[in-house]
Amino acid sequence: MSAAAEMNERAVGDDGRTPWLRYLMLAATAIVMLYPLLWLIGASFKSNSEIFTSAGFWPSKFSFDAYAKGWKTSTEYTFATYFLNSFLITIPRIIVTVISCVLVAYAFARFEFWGKKILFSIMVGTMMLPLIVLRLPQYLVFRELGWLDSYLPLIVPSAFATDTFFVFMLVQFLRGIPRDMEEAALIDGCNALQLLWHIIVPLLKPAIISVIVFQFIWTMNDFMGPLIYLSSVENYPVSLALKMSIGATEEVEWANVIAISVVALIPSVAVFFAAQKHFIEGATSSGVKG
Amino acid sequence: MAAVSLRKVEKTYPNGFKAVHGVDLDVRDGEFMVFVGPSGCAKSTLLRMVAGLESISGGELHIGGRTVNDLPPKARGIAMVFQNYALYPHMTVYDNLAFGLKLAKTPKAELDQRVRHAATLLEMEHLLARYPKQLSGGQAQRVAVGRAIVKKPDVFLFDEPLSNLDAKLRAAMRVRLTELHRALREAGQPATTIYVTHDQTEAMTMGERICVLKAGVIQQVDTPTALYDRPANAFVASFIGSPEMNIVKAELRDGSLVLGGVSLPLPAARFGPVPQGPVQFGLRPEHISLQPRAGSIAVQATLKFCEHMGAEVFTYFDVGGVPFSARIPAEEGTALTTLPRGSALTFHFQMNQAHLFADDDVGLSFLA
Repeated sequence: MSAAAEMNERAVGDDGRTPWLRYLMLAATAIVMLYPLLWLIGASFKSNSEIFTSAGFWPSKFSFDAYAKGWKTSTEYTFATYFLNSFLITIPRIIVTVISCVLVAYAFARFEFWGKKILFSIMVGTMMLPLIVLRLPQYLVFRELGWLDSYLPLIVPSAFATDTFFVFMLVQFLRGIPRDMEEAALIDGCNALQLLWHIIVPLLKPAIISVIVFQFIWTMNDFMGPLIYLSSVENYPVSLALKMSIGATEEVEWANVIAISVVALIPSVAVFFAAQKHFIEGATSSGVKG
Repeated sequence: MAAVSLRKVEKTYPNGFKAVHGVDLDVRDGEFMVFVGPSGCAKSTLLRMVAGLESISGGELHIGGRTVNDLPPKARGIAMVFQNYALYPHMTVYDNLAFGLKLAKTPKAELDQRVRHAATLLEMEHLLARYPKQLSGGQAQRVAVGRAIVKKPDVFLFDEPLSNLDAKLRAAMRVRLTELHRALREAGQPATTIYVTHDQTEAMTMGERICVLKAGVIQQVDTPTALYDRPANAFVASFIGSPEMNIVKAELRDGSLVLGGVSLPLPAARFGPVPQGPVQFGLRPEHISLQPRAGSIAVQATLKFCEHMGAEVFTYFDVGGVPFSARIPAEEGTALTTLPRGSALTFHFQMNQAHLFADDDVGLSFLA
């Protein structure tokens, strides 16, 4: 076989050197990245004393005690309550976020109105604002409203499209969608809201799924919001409850904390993998042919 | 079915650019009207104004006797086919066709019957369950036309619907659309149609009347043959017909045309009063031949080059430094392709087919 033919046989990107070396390096990097997570999972099966005495992540014997004890917690509630609380915050928040952000993005991307440019730059500007500066005034407002120790301060702001990153993302996505389909739908007899529901929302689906995934993960992991607004233990979400189990007793049962951390990871990871396909799919499936 | 009339219709964009300058036009009931012109002549803008996708800055638009300036697209009784089809990607072909009817709350049985009728008409029953991304360009084009047909609109609007297809498919679809228009007329529901294209072949073959536009101004509205035989100005003359009409600068002296050192006598009856001095002389390539014809005048020329097109030979030559082109039938012209560049030849100009245009920007025709 000639050299040229040999070159053709190789796949694109294959430089002809031994592939196993590259795989080895990639695998080593992956293990370094993943090791803390692997250690966390391994440690969740260890006893409290073994965590600090052995460096390896493989437990000497598998024990589910930590999961059982951690789940029960030292309070009168189990983690079932805290997970439920987390979902009670996260799910309504996702719903109001998607509705409000899609509406606002639709307005910015498709309508001409007075002050549009200024309003859009103000909105983008708020992304630069550190959230912490709003905490105090917001707290005072919600105290006046009597919303403290409820989930409302965590959910209601999102109903006004305050998650500007999502609005920005949706606007950019919409700008990339040609208007022909909307014009065809206008001629077919849609009004502005029917257009949104029948045409825009289906086209925006990949972007909306991204919004759902990000909002789910961010809200599940949010610590500061619940810490400020929630005072009774029965309302705590997972993030607060985890912190509480660290500080509750004199001697921390690290095995329990670690076990529950592993459990707390599961929803976010599951949502991410379930939605992964839709991240990749996307505007490429539009009906416009060049 | 309805007539469309435009009265002094204008379009000015917010930045002050005036795209459409006072257009007056009547599209008769059931007529196939083609808007044609080069890129940027505002033909699509005009169509979108009829559709209601662009606002009208001035003048009045009537469809079927109603003034529709301020009506939304859905209230105008129109259907439109877009250049890139604009099918809804998340709906099957069936739902694409049915979408407008569903919005209009058409009873289910009638909706189904109308969708299937349109599918039969366009031979795409087998495509109904597919999604747009599973269609070829030609199929997507048919679906787009079908979506317009099911609505039984008063007026069909086509915005360069064939320009995304390859040449062969384009020719086939051209015939198909013309036949469809004819079939609808024979079925007693003639469809008023406005068809936008930049392709003069499409315009000539499809249009019952053609409206030639340039920079937002109507140049001429007439039947294809009338446009071809009696263009109103130099722009229409050069735009309609392929290859282009020869239009060259010349000078009129005592009833004869002087160009490139040659004097060509003009048939006086063909033209109205023409002032002495500079004019533009126009002659279509098919009115130049190697053999003398009735009313033709022999002209000495220098051969430049030939293009053999199969049935005919496009021949390019100079008359005293002035360039011309001619369409010579292949049986006479093939011999020319072997001649060297610069060979001296005699061509016969049919001066009874000549055109004269004023030597200014507008270039009005002097035909009597």
